[in-house]
Amino acid sequence: MADATLSSSPIIDHEASAASRRRMISRIVIYGLLTAFALFYIVPLLVVIVNSFRPLEEISANGLMSLPQSLHLSAWPQAWGEFCIGGQCAGMQRYFWNSIMMVVPATIISTALGAINGYVLSKWKFPGSEVIFGMMLLGVFMPGQIALLPWAFVLGQLELSNSVYGLILVHCIQGLSFTTLFCRNYFIGIPDDLVKAARIDGAGFWRIFYKIILPISPPILIVTVIWQFTGIWNEYLFGVVLNSGANQPITAALVALSMSGTTVRSYDVMSAAVLIGALPPLLVYFFGGKYFVRGLTQGAIK
Amino acid sequence: MASLTIRNLRKNYGSVEVLKGINLEAKTGEFIALVGPSGCGKSTLLAMTAGLESITQGEIWIGDRMVNSVAPKDRDIAMVFQSYALYPTMTVKENMAFGMESRNVPKPEQQAAIARVAALLQIEPLLNRKPGQLSGGQRQRVAMGRALVRDPALFLFDEPLSNLDAKLRVDMRTEIKKLHQRVGKTTIYVTHDQIEAMTLASRIAVMHKGEVQQFDEPEVIYNRPSNVFVAGFMGSPSMNFINGEITTANGTPAVSFPLVNGGTAMLQLQNGVAERATSRSVILGIRPEHLSRQSSATSERAGFATLSAPVEVVEPTGAETMAVLKFGQKEVVGRFSPDEAPKTGEDMPLAVDMTRACLFDPATERLI
Repeated sequence: MADATLSSSPIIDHEASAASRRRMISRIVIYGLLTAFALFYIVPLLVVIVNSFRPLEEISANGLMSLPQSLHLSAWPQAWGEFCIGGQCAGMQRYFWNSIMMVVPATIISTALGAINGYVLSKWKFPGSEVIFGMMLLGVFMPGQIALLPWAFVLGQLELSNSVYGLILVHCIQGLSFTTLFCRNYFIGIPDDLVKAARIDGAGFWRIFYKIILPISPPILIVTVIWQFTGIWNEYLFGVVLNSGANQPITAALVALSMSGTTVRSYDVMSAAVLIGALPPLLVYFFGGKYFVRGLTQGAIK
Repeated sequence: MASLTIRNLRKNYGSVEVLKGINLEAKTGEFIALVGPSGCGKSTLLAMTAGLESITQGEIWIGDRMVNSVAPKDRDIAMVFQSYALYPTMTVKENMAFGMESRNVPKPEQQAAIARVAALLQIEPLLNRKPGQLSGGQRQRVAMGRALVRDPALFLFDEPLSNLDAKLRVDMRTEIKKLHQRVGKTTIYVTHDQIEAMTLASRIAVMHKGEVQQFDEPEVIYNRPSNVFVAGFMGSPSMNFINGEITTANGTPAVSFPLVNGGTAMLQLQNGVAERATSRSVILGIRPEHLSRQSSATSERAGFATLSAPVEVVEPTGAETMAVLKFGQKEVVGRFSPDEAPKTGEDMPLAVDMTRACLFDPATERLI
């Protein structure tokens, strides 16, 4: 009988127990490192959040890196509507709206154009389309500062200097390389047979785009929108060079705020202002982040 | 009237010549199979017929209209793709309606067409599903349904069964044949599978290296292949080719070749064949099923030649048994019924049905 050969005392396999010990140790190392890096990234954010709720006197007395003794909300309305930046005492509000006015149209337009470009460059190839795509790709690697002077000149000619509309134009065009690359690489994975079948079915260029291509593209469109939104919102160089005073986006205003010439550093208000400036991209990532990861890793439908 | 006429069609990709002067004609209601190995240009020919590829030179006529510069949607065609190309975000019903919507067919008419085709293909229960929720065979059916709702002048099939498993492929082949018999539309069917071509087509165009090698009815293609390529491509296992010489045996012309045991095989030819040969050396083509075990029945019937050959390998498949035999240095496959199948190592006495054998010219590889 098979059962009779089984020994009643537990068998100790030294190989197996050594392996499980080794696995335990490597687990501890991995989780330890992950925790350390997570703290490294989260602590600055925590410090800023905590300081935005601490009264200034307390920050002065106990330093920036200490736990709050009391809850104090007044820094937020101050940062939003009253604080003096560059001689104007109207808070971050104006700059926040500047950024919103800039980022929303620029994101929508650059994503839409990127989708159309990608559609043409993947599904309606023409002689030289690969060359054009290659040239557009150069834009991905081109540092923004190279384009500063040309942009200043172009915006001057178009009479869009120092205006939010000028920045919209700049960001639409600067973002085109990325949005085209994203969409083209996704669309290239959509089988050509779908387009051929639709052409035989009597659909034209735009009908195929709206009815066949766009409905399978939410993953990449979400990726592109998040990429463009956070990129344009956080962009600083064009905002500070091309615009001045009341027309600057929030990133430029944050720097101006930190250089405001008062003798007392209002760390509480500054913390609140920084958080106001960081909130929209954080919210976008908070709500869209899972689609972002999914869109980057998932190919087109087979 | 011909539904499709292709005249001297050429296609170049840069300096590469893909199609070298194709001439084809499909009569109304005909089922034409384009068959050939991959890279022979058959799919390109179909895409050009559909208008998806440009024409370098030549003419394509659908009905009495030259369509060289007509857009795919205006050619009055429908196509079934190898990948099915079902629109993944639409339901089966929407997939079928898409073409009619593009052409502004009124809604009630659309509904009626979809209902008719869904009943024909028995896909009514699937109408509200998305392609991702269908099995391979169901997708295949829906792809055909999408082509059928349009009621076009010409159906184009691009290897529609090659993504199905073997059993389903045989079932769908029968379905397609039934469907064609019922609908009676002119059909151009591209396949690399010679059995599909043989079973479905009313005429077969065998293509190789951008040229039509032979365009004829399946029986003619199989029994009188116009050259060595067609003979070897059609039929499985393929035709056996043996290099031999024309001689005279007992006053009648025969083809002779050396055997393993040092002897010489002498297979008597049919009347009139030897006279057509331009040189003494020929290629003898024998299909596996035209070899049989020598018996009193075969030796008495006219047209059978006899020889014996050693058996190297025996491969039973159940219904029939394949055997690899040695004719001199040449390996030859024979197809035998299981009860007359040889044993490995046996020196098998064979009867060759010379009425069905083909002779080819070794220089031109054409049928003599």
